[in-house]
Amino acid sequence: MISTLLRIQWTRLRRDRVAQTLTFVVPIIFFSIFALIFGTTGNGKTPSVRLAVVDEDQSAVSKRVLAALGREDGLKIIREAMPRSSAPNTPRVPIDRERATAMVQDGDVAVALIVPKEWGKHFPDFGQEGPEMELLADTSNPVAPQMTFGLLQKVAMSGSPDLMMEKGLKQMESAGSGFELSTKQREQMTTMLQQLRSSAEAADQEAAAETNAAVAGVAAAPGGGAINVKKVDVLGAKKTNPAIAFYAAGIAVMFLLFTCTATGGSLLEEAEDGTLERLLSTRLGMTGLLMTKWLYIALVGVVQITVMFVWGAVVFGLELWSHLPGFIIMTAVTAAAAGGFGMCLATLCRSRGQLNAVSNIVILTMSALGGSMVPRAFMPEGLQKAGLFTFNGWALDGFLKVFWRERPLWELWPQVSVLAGLTVLFLWLARRMARRWETV
Amino acid sequence: MLVAVIWSVVRHFRAVTVVLTIRNAIKSFGANQALTGASFELRERELLALLGPNGAGKTTLIRAIAGRVRLDSGEIEIFGEKVDATGRRRLLAVVPQELALYGLLTARENLAGFGRLNGVPADQIRDKVAWALDWTGLADRADEPIRSFSGGMKRRLNLACSVLHDPKILLLDEPTVGVDPQSREKIYDMLEKLRAGGMSLVVTTHHLEEAEARCERIVIIDHGSVVASGTLRELLEKTVGHLRAVTLTLDRPMPKGPVGCESADHGRVWHTKISDVAAELPGLIQSVRAAGCRVENIEVRSPNLQAAFIALTGKELRE
Repeated sequence: MISTLLRIQWTRLRRDRVAQTLTFVVPIIFFSIFALIFGTTGNGKTPSVRLAVVDEDQSAVSKRVLAALGREDGLKIIREAMPRSSAPNTPRVPIDRERATAMVQDGDVAVALIVPKEWGKHFPDFGQEGPEMELLADTSNPVAPQMTFGLLQKVAMSGSPDLMMEKGLKQMESAGSGFELSTKQREQMTTMLQQLRSSAEAADQEAAAETNAAVAGVAAAPGGGAINVKKVDVLGAKKTNPAIAFYAAGIAVMFLLFTCTATGGSLLEEAEDGTLERLLSTRLGMTGLLMTKWLYIALVGVVQITVMFVWGAVVFGLELWSHLPGFIIMTAVTAAAAGGFGMCLATLCRSRGQLNAVSNIVILTMSALGGSMVPRAFMPEGLQKAGLFTFNGWALDGFLKVFWRERPLWELWPQVSVLAGLTVLFLWLARRMARRWETV
Repeated sequence: MLVAVIWSVVRHFRAVTVVLTIRNAIKSFGANQALTGASFELRERELLALLGPNGAGKTTLIRAIAGRVRLDSGEIEIFGEKVDATGRRRLLAVVPQELALYGLLTARENLAGFGRLNGVPADQIRDKVAWALDWTGLADRADEPIRSFSGGMKRRLNLACSVLHDPKILLLDEPTVGVDPQSREKIYDMLEKLRAGGMSLVVTTHHLEEAEARCERIVIIDHGSVVASGTLRELLEKTVGHLRAVTLTLDRPMPKGPVGCESADHGRVWHTKISDVAAELPGLIQSVRAAGCRVENIEVRSPNLQAAFIALTGKELRE
């Protein structure tokens, strides 16, 4: 009896392609996506952090430290950029403090490092007498500044051992402890410092890989080290609950897509129940029917996002009221595009079961790549760019411009344009595919 | 001159009485020929049965009339004008075979919704819905979600949702499928009221006794074309004829039966056909008695639509 039931179940699974897809294909797709995001194609390396560097000191020491920093695999050093809001193909110029701040605010780089004047004179600054380096950070990405800080301490140690030793001896001699090197000892010490200086670069590269693993621990250590760094939050410092804006936008967009697809599925339900046939026999027509359903889905989407953000404002302190105009614009275009997406997917599928399978795959994939689950800043650069091919990527960028980067409304034009264009495209595709329900 | 006048009068008469004309309708779905030249007419205030085996083309024909299927060739005219050239389809309505209703809405909400979609003016909706609830016998359940309704109640509501805008022609695709005899009676009573009000109706059904009892004319379609049409009497004349089938069961076998009779059960049962029961049956009984046998049972069967239908479409299974 058990074997008969097992055989029946197995036969049903063999003949149900949707169930097969959900059982075997979907898990593999998601495993692959998350492996790509977190595993960086399986080579175990941490994704590179884009670091803007401004060397106001221009001393030999600062150049040496920054050069050593540039050899780190975990960092991608950017020294030049086009002026803000410039036309394409504008020549790149060295980044200054103001441009570096703007780059962090715009999300062009994860973090920026400012080496102030006179910094080199005091290195290594165990006594904390000289000016501090400044690390301009976006608090939405807590990993990048920590990682940069750790690597700075590392290159200070491994990249400049001669300077460290020299400074240490000077401090001991000047401390009045009676300690003083003989002439011969001083000559030997000078030779050793020269050897250390010449071998520093080579040793630095070899040690880099090993040190990468330990960076997190070093970076997490509170203060101290050979380099004094002051972290400056250029975004999110004034926010009462900075992470909420990210999660509200990410979750809202993902669930909006699920809601819109499920609501769009009512079209298939109507086809299966026979009400579609009756509706098409009325004066409404297919175009009228699709537009009405799209409008309804978009309105449901607007209400859903609004409820979610109001909840975020009331319970978690999300700053909704001060960003209301941007919120309204982004909510309207996002809901409109999501409605179009739902209609498009519903007309593409032949049954509710097929729609469920396809929507699960498409929405979860787009949400993973587009940053609804993991902020895109944490992903490898290639996946960050791939995220721009997703609906979520554009919608999230828009919401984050409003709530996080607090950009003026006109700067939302790329996101609004893309989402509006997607709305038109989705609806056009839906209309084309809905022909199968019309006169045959 | 006289001929021309008479012809003009005849044409005028035809234009008034024939509300729907289907002429040589042809439609294929890939290799499957659904309609192969179907033609028939619907007359004013007529209840017409469109019958046929499964897959004969009934639903395709109904959908073509409703504009949901585009014919490969052929013509459909409503009140003498081609439907494609005018907004004439507004004059007809379809009651689909499926229960095309919203289960979470009440009967009143379903009626009001479909009424508006069919163009009933806003100021008339309330009255129309009230009329429909009374007509369907659902007034006392008007404000309940219809998912709790019985099959018969849903069928009646399904019908009502199609007629709120007062169409002149109503196409019903199996309106009584899956309902009990009482509900079937109620549905045909409802249709009769529509017909009395001036509507012309086409009904497809597999319940031949309904078509026989309720419909004025019958069209039988098979393999995509009309194989017979007319009143029941006309169909019977064309197929099985008007003769009654008589079966005599005797108390014992009779070696030789009356003239024209065929024996069964070793001479104990005899079959024959007669045209006049009153005149011919006594003679049959007399000849049995004369042979020394006694009649235990007599069965006289009138020719019916079932017999005509089988004669026209055969006994072969279609699916």
